[in-house]
Amino acid sequence: MKQYYQPEIETAPREKILEIQNEKIVKQVRHVWDHVPYYRHLMEKKGVTPDDIKSVDDIRKLPFLSKDDLRETYPYGMLGTDLKDCVRIHSTSGTTGKRVVAFYTQHDIDLWEDCTARAIVAAGGTKEDVVQVCYGYGLFTGGSGLHGGSHKVGCLTLPMSSGNTERQIQFMMDLDATILCCTPSYAAYIGETLAEQGFKPEDNKLKAGIFGAEPWTEEMRHQIEKSLGIKAYDIYGLTETSGPGVAYECEEQKGMHINEDHFYAEIIDPDTGEVLPEGSKGELVFTSLDKEAFPLLRYRTKDICVLNRVPCSCGRTHVRMCKPMGRSDDMMIIRGVNVFPSQIETVLLHEGYTPNYQIVVDRERNTDTFDIYVEVAPDQFSDLMSQIQRMEKSLESALRTMLGIGPKVHLVAPKTITRSEGKAVRVIDKRKLH
Amino acid sequence: MAITQLSVFLMNQPGALVDAVSAISGAGANIRAMSIAEANDFGILRIIVSDSDKICKLLGDKYLISKTEVVAARMDDRSGALYPILVALSEANINIEYMYAFTASAADEAYVVFRVNDVKTAEEVLKANEVSTLSDENLKL
Repeated sequence: MKQYYQPEIETAPREKILEIQNEKIVKQVRHVWDHVPYYRHLMEKKGVTPDDIKSVDDIRKLPFLSKDDLRETYPYGMLGTDLKDCVRIHSTSGTTGKRVVAFYTQHDIDLWEDCTARAIVAAGGTKEDVVQVCYGYGLFTGGSGLHGGSHKVGCLTLPMSSGNTERQIQFMMDLDATILCCTPSYAAYIGETLAEQGFKPEDNKLKAGIFGAEPWTEEMRHQIEKSLGIKAYDIYGLTETSGPGVAYECEEQKGMHINEDHFYAEIIDPDTGEVLPEGSKGELVFTSLDKEAFPLLRYRTKDICVLNRVPCSCGRTHVRMCKPMGRSDDMMIIRGVNVFPSQIETVLLHEGYTPNYQIVVDRERNTDTFDIYVEVAPDQFSDLMSQIQRMEKSLESALRTMLGIGPKVHLVAPKTITRSEGKAVRVIDKRKLH
Repeated sequence: MAITQLSVFLMNQPGALVDAVSAISGAGANIRAMSIAEANDFGILRIIVSDSDKICKLLGDKYLISKTEVVAARMDDRSGALYPILVALSEANINIEYMYAFTASAADEAYVVFRVNDVKTAEEVLKANEVSTLSDENLKL
């Protein structure tokens, strides 16, 4: 039997979804205009007023927002309500200098948790289930997002947070966890660890996993499904739009249904900003439709993607997005953490190194490896090995503080990092994720 | 008198040392003593050469190179000769960061090169213990 968390909206006829969107966008734009001067100025500059927005077709008249805007307005510049009405913040993982902080009212939390509840039910979750959440809890949206959805569905929730694999496995086995929520690489790692401990896939009670926050391939999906004896579902989201659950997979496992009653999706040409025709590959842009504290209109995700409106056999009528096929900027997702080369450059210069470096990302046994090759500068060179190694450790620690993830630093001789004619090859990603 | 050691940053990979040694000999220098310290990715080649200023200049374009003052103490080439030297330095609270040794042209002589935290005191201590040390002048053959 097919199961939905909110069947009336998840399977609503297209006309109904459009009607809801049209009604919500008018209010949302008015809300932003009234409460977010920064965006109001952007609209004024473009000569658009709320009166010009009568339906989602008019969204293309609105100006775009990017991460730069969110940094620019940090921390309160995008706030759509009084601070006293907000109940929580979340923040993106490591960004250059200023982080992005997103605010939530109770209403915003509610609609977000509805989204993750839909994802859990789509993965077969009911109140009989035991959901093990090993996404990180805290500023990261992963933990609390799935946690809240699990509560809504009425599942027994194990708020494990990330790390401590021994304990994860102990609780998983002793408390008969049935649904696992974490990054796909951590799921693969748990699978390997279980096998090393002599467990067979059928020894655990897991039936499904909801995995996201980093790119993963179909091959990896099959591997995880086999090693844990489960069905593995993808989930998509970003802190700026609320967190995981903006889109999620159903049993078809062919693209993620976007929760279109809360988020309006467009595909644009990343260079021109032009909206691309149905089915084109381009940058994914989201407009929130009913958020109070952190409403974002036309937020550029930088994820390259294709939308699919072919009706899905699961009965859900919401549009599906494919797994992101790449980025329109240079952001990398390493072990679930967003990393920009510019952050690394900032640290290097701050620590007295030259900006000659190369990042090599690979995946070994389903875990990302992260190496940075850095040229030694003359004034850092010493005849003492201990001193050089101290510098190396100190650079690693400064990078870990900035990025929220620890790279392995390799010091190399000056002028050994290949300099190409035009743009330097800063990043070598060997993971073949797309 | 202290002597000058050159330290050269090399990648820890095949061919790196060959290139460096060829550059040194190409510059007309005789390597009197050498040692290598290694890490995973790189190594430090430490050499005592006959004309360190000249070699440093000639190699400076291609290599990351630094000069360090080290103490080269003369000792007898026999069992037990190193011991009193180390005792003397230790009693003066001199810390030896690293050291390496080479034998001299005279059959019964050897030299031990000390990289210490305090070159001046180390030399005074050695002198007081009647241990002679080399200077850069001595290296010019």
